[in-house]
Amino acid sequence: MSFFKKLKEKIAKQADTVTEKFKRGLEKTRDSFAGKVNDLIARYRKVDEEFFEELEEILIASDVGVATVMDFIDELKMEVKRRNIQDPKEMYSVISEKLIDIYQASGDETTELNIQPNGLTVILFVGVNGVGKTTTIGKLAYKLKNEGKKVMLAAGDTFRAGAIEQLEVWGERVGVEVIKQSAGSDPAAVMYDAIQAAKSRNVDILLCDTAGRLQNKVNLMKELEKVKRVIEREVPGAPHEVLLVLDATTGQNAMSQAKTFKEATNVTGIVLTKLDGTAKGGIVLAIRHELNIPVKFVGLGEKMDDLEPFQAEQFVYGLFSSFMEREEAQGE
Amino acid sequence: MAFEGLADRLQHVMNKIRGKGKVTEADVKEMMREVRLALLEADVNFKVVKDFVKKVSERAVGQEVLKSLTPGQQVIKVVKEELTELMGGENSKIAVASRPPTVVMMVGLQGAGKTTTTGKLANLLRKKHNRKPLLVAADIYRPAAIKQLETLGKQLNIPVFSLGDQVSPVEIAKQAIAKAKEEHHDYVLIDTAGRLHIDEALMDELKQIKEMTKPDEIFLVVDAMTGQDAVNVAQSFNEQLGLTGVILTKLDGDTRGGAALSIKAVTNTPIKFVGMGEKLDALEPFHPERMASRILGMGDVLTLIEKAQAAVDEEKAKELEQKMRTASFTLDDFLEQLGQVRKLGPLDEILKMLPGANKVKGLNNLQIDEKQISRVEAIIRSMTKEEKMNPDIINSSRKKRIAKGSGTTVQDVNRLLKQFDEMKKMMKMMTTMPKGKKKGFRFPFM
Repeated sequence: MSFFKKLKEKIAKQADTVTEKFKRGLEKTRDSFAGKVNDLIARYRKVDEEFFEELEEILIASDVGVATVMDFIDELKMEVKRRNIQDPKEMYSVISEKLIDIYQASGDETTELNIQPNGLTVILFVGVNGVGKTTTIGKLAYKLKNEGKKVMLAAGDTFRAGAIEQLEVWGERVGVEVIKQSAGSDPAAVMYDAIQAAKSRNVDILLCDTAGRLQNKVNLMKELEKVKRVIEREVPGAPHEVLLVLDATTGQNAMSQAKTFKEATNVTGIVLTKLDGTAKGGIVLAIRHELNIPVKFVGLGEKMDDLEPFQAEQFVYGLFSSFMEREEAQGE
Repeated sequence: MAFEGLADRLQHVMNKIRGKGKVTEADVKEMMREVRLALLEADVNFKVVKDFVKKVSERAVGQEVLKSLTPGQQVIKVVKEELTELMGGENSKIAVASRPPTVVMMVGLQGAGKTTTTGKLANLLRKKHNRKPLLVAADIYRPAAIKQLETLGKQLNIPVFSLGDQVSPVEIAKQAIAKAKEEHHDYVLIDTAGRLHIDEALMDELKQIKEMTKPDEIFLVVDAMTGQDAVNVAQSFNEQLGLTGVILTKLDGDTRGGAALSIKAVTNTPIKFVGMGEKLDALEPFHPERMASRILGMGDVLTLIEKAQAAVDEEKAKELEQKMRTASFTLDDFLEQLGQVRKLGPLDEILKMLPGANKVKGLNNLQIDEKQISRVEAIIRSMTKEEKMNPDIINSSRKKRIAKGSGTTVQDVNRLLKQFDEMKKMMKMMTTMPKGKKKGFRFPFM
């Protein structure tokens, strides 16, 4: 199967450690998803309406949005008709191919951060409450510092109790400076301060934390727009990235989050957190399919170095490695 | 990503059926498919959906729907009844230990909102139940989690027990209870660290805390936005710890909250409270019927009515009605009415509670500018008493003065006066019209 071979070659070029991390992190996802598909294919003798219905359920159980699943199943049905497939075993490759199609339909966008070669790069983090914004900033600061960048953090969550202290702990751990004001102060003012400090200290990258907010709170979304405006005004071309942090355990509401935050702050990428603990991750498919926002990083664990750039190939490999092993065994 | 409520979904099916004269079993099957999709879109777990739809189908096919003249509505009724029943009765009681202190353990995944909810619960215990709670900071892992609880304690003026992040949570819990006994706290709320239900080491730690403190309540705190995995999380926590209740958080968002149904179905533990906002008093009892409406996308009229009842002064309403009847409704009355509407909360949130409001043309995605209302208020407040009683005397020089005083333009003043005039005419018509023919009027700011 040339398709899997290509994928494998692509991955072979990458470091084994990264592949391992993805494989480990996605263990739950793989076990539940691929395991169920394996089981489904083993149980059926014929590809029929019931087969599709069960497949639909498996996908929905992975939090792939209902609309995306419906589109996907329709396409799959057409493909099955076209190729006149009867044997469920042939479905392995059809399913994987079509799934990756969804990923790649929106083009091969890069997951690289838009980091300025000269001068200050500002990255703004947004998202609802409790998704892991502050933790992600800590992890990313660690990563960027290891790459030799001078990093600074802006404590823009002035609302939640203990949020500033939480970022400060991360600052200490990683060894980067944190710019803060007292709790309850205007987050836009914190950003202003932080940018001035970053400029005068020749910082390469400024990571800006914001308070978590539910996307239907109009006033809070307006506040976020204001924070962004202040950044725009102080640094031309900034923020260079607006990263929406999403909790991988979130269901269909993730779509509403992505949509509303995109409208308010023009989100440039997504960080998908807590992917290690969940049997899901299907929401990545739905967001790609319906909103065309690239996933740039995934959080695969609780350690400081558990933030990885998202790679569609790695993700798919993590999901389908048991498929591929089976394909190979059949090929031999 | 069209989020359609069940009512809308069924309407599509009904439109197809209309004119056929008779509803067949096949039609019911199609309706059930819509029920299934509506529930799946609301994040109800697919297994739970499957069982549920089966149960509802049996009831529906058994005459109840087929014979009905309005099968669509009948299906909704059956679905809602079953859903409400599945979610259990209202139960926001908290256990009381025969020998104080009563120990409450808060558990859940990372980011569910345990610490905030712990603070809210302490506040509720003190305010509504007249208790003297002690907060215990047993999350030694997340940076500044202890600090967060301490800050909440300070805001609420409720003591927080902490031994820093170098002592084991089991030891912290043990010492906290000793301290509570000493200082006569009747409730001990233990805030534990967020953890994955599959993390054996950390789950063991919870079991040890349970062993040590013999809690009277173990509350699982769950993010209402959780997707299909809610079932596994709840089941796992329940199997390992034996939950006594569930608290759903972030329900003030726009999620349908199907997780509530999934959790109830697999754990069979009552959902006791829901988190409805970021303020520390935003913890409310769980209402199964409202949750059922919400999951089905049917709006939350009950909450709205309750809010309205709480906000509107009955006597004033009577007075107002009298004024409307006699057409002596003045700008002053209007100002007061505006104030009462605003007491209900942000207008766009009120609109969201109305069923079908998202379908009404013009209301869809309507962003009501609260500032616009403030402007109207400012204009009226810039008028003299005489002008408010009798707006007809407002000539152009008065208009200029009012505009200046309220920081608006003469056009704004004109618009308001015109709308007020129309409103008065409308009221006159309404009060003289026979009942049942009333038509809504537009507020000047909409």
